[in-house]
Amino acid sequence: MSVRRVMGTEVEYGIAVTGQPSANPMVASSQVVNAYAASTVRARRARWDFEEESPLRDARGFDMARQVADPSQLTDEDLGLANVILTNGARLYVDHAHPEFSTPEVTSPLDIVRWDKAGEQVMLDAAVRARQLPGNPSIVLYKNNTDNKGASYGAHENYLMRRSTPFADIVKHLTPFFVSRQVVCGAGRVGRGQDGRQEGFQLSQRSDFFEVEVGLETTLKRPIINTRDEPHADPEKYRRLHVIIGDANLSEVSTYLKIGTTALVLAMIEDRFIPVDLTVDGPVAALRAVSHDPSLQHLVTLRDGRRLTAVQLQMEYLDLARKYVEDRYGADADAQTVDVLARWESVLDRLERDPMSLAGELDWVAKLKLLEQYRERDGLAWDDAKLQVIDYQYSDIRPEKGLYHRLLKAGRMERLLTAQQVDDAMHDPPTDTRAYFRGRCLEKYAEHVAAASWDSVIFDIPGRESLQRVPTIDPLRGSRAHVGDLLERSETAAQLVAGLSR
Amino acid sequence: MAQEHKQPRRSGETEEQVEAAPETDVAERKEALDNETDDILDEIDEVLESNAEDFVKSFIQKGGE
Repeated sequence: MSVRRVMGTEVEYGIAVTGQPSANPMVASSQVVNAYAASTVRARRARWDFEEESPLRDARGFDMARQVADPSQLTDEDLGLANVILTNGARLYVDHAHPEFSTPEVTSPLDIVRWDKAGEQVMLDAAVRARQLPGNPSIVLYKNNTDNKGASYGAHENYLMRRSTPFADIVKHLTPFFVSRQVVCGAGRVGRGQDGRQEGFQLSQRSDFFEVEVGLETTLKRPIINTRDEPHADPEKYRRLHVIIGDANLSEVSTYLKIGTTALVLAMIEDRFIPVDLTVDGPVAALRAVSHDPSLQHLVTLRDGRRLTAVQLQMEYLDLARKYVEDRYGADADAQTVDVLARWESVLDRLERDPMSLAGELDWVAKLKLLEQYRERDGLAWDDAKLQVIDYQYSDIRPEKGLYHRLLKAGRMERLLTAQQVDDAMHDPPTDTRAYFRGRCLEKYAEHVAAASWDSVIFDIPGRESLQRVPTIDPLRGSRAHVGDLLERSETAAQLVAGLSR
Repeated sequence: MAQEHKQPRRSGETEEQVEAAPETDVAERKEALDNETDDILDEIDEVLESNAEDFVKSFIQKGGE
């Protein structure tokens, strides 16, 4: 494979109620989700179907006992928190104390950017609508990952992988990649240590929150490689690699490269193309040390004795990926794979020569440049509250207040998509996965969809006693090519279900 | 050997272009950039949360995931 595979992201947004610092974040998050649902979801609201969820399934081959699991790991219990499935195939819901947007399943890095950005706009729309509720709560959402006081919340990536790939290979080849990829896709952070006690800038929002190399947890003792194994697809054929180490990105280029380069490395792991062992000594400590050095000079030690900067380590992967794509595809490589390789190379090259030249492309550089400009102009020390405000406000998703958005408006950030493409993705599903079927069913037959999830749509058909469950276990079926005509022809849910069972 | 292997790869042309750029151009570009920069800081000054200390204190999140 190339950069193309079945993928998705899930982003938890920071939430604040202006003027009410003690507002209950679960209530505020529910208000956001419900306000969006009330104004955009027609007729009945389909439930989320939890039947196929198994959050305690471990990729290493066992189930964690429910009794020993932390309550925060029991994500399959319907706590009655707000939860809605959108016509674009996405899921908008409350996870713990944050509103979360899960993109529909897509097959390319650029489509991740598109639906991830659409998610931001859905969240913005939702917060605006929440203001109409009693009490007019002024809810502000942040696409970041820490309050710099000890709490962190996630921006997860999901990649469908072949079950036959040994998990040990994934751990071995992906860990050094994750230790180093923050030089490309870090979102930047003011403060060091989980509670930000030490002053200074670092590359990543998340790196200080990782404590172990491999594990199932996501909320405590966070692992570099997460072993949650819930494929939402045929478990004999697939696993879902659940990546929890990434930062939430505002920059389109950062998101694009985060997903595109990771997908390439996964393709090489699946095809057993990586002949070298790039294992890093003490990866947890290395992860933090790399993040804490925005000069990019920190050297990590490899098991083979070499000492490389994180950029050089990324170049090792780039080199392999170039050879891999050449070897497998030659001149037939698809355009996005070629583009990801070219951008990755260009970015790494400039990170070595002149990192600040990437201020229009990478989040951490854009943020650092702003911070340095303020430091210079106003003579601010790193512990000045104003710099912390700049860090938070970079991720404020309101176009008028968010600093990323101000830079974008001023033409300082590169875009990969048009505004129209992102607007459309707020409502339209991707056409090449089962998200198409899910989304179009909710668009067309909302009043007869009782529940849905990644791997099913459940219909409540007038005149039928039992609910009709349509499994969507194959992520690549249910695409427009597969069911587009049938959806077009079926005026009612009953006709659709009859057509599907023929 | 590994270190040599790790040189940033750039095509010959790109390298030439970079080196061929006269210093004065670079200085002019930098000045133009600094002016632009001042504009953006002025703009951001207007939207930054006004009471920084209070704002930072009140930004408290619960853990997630």
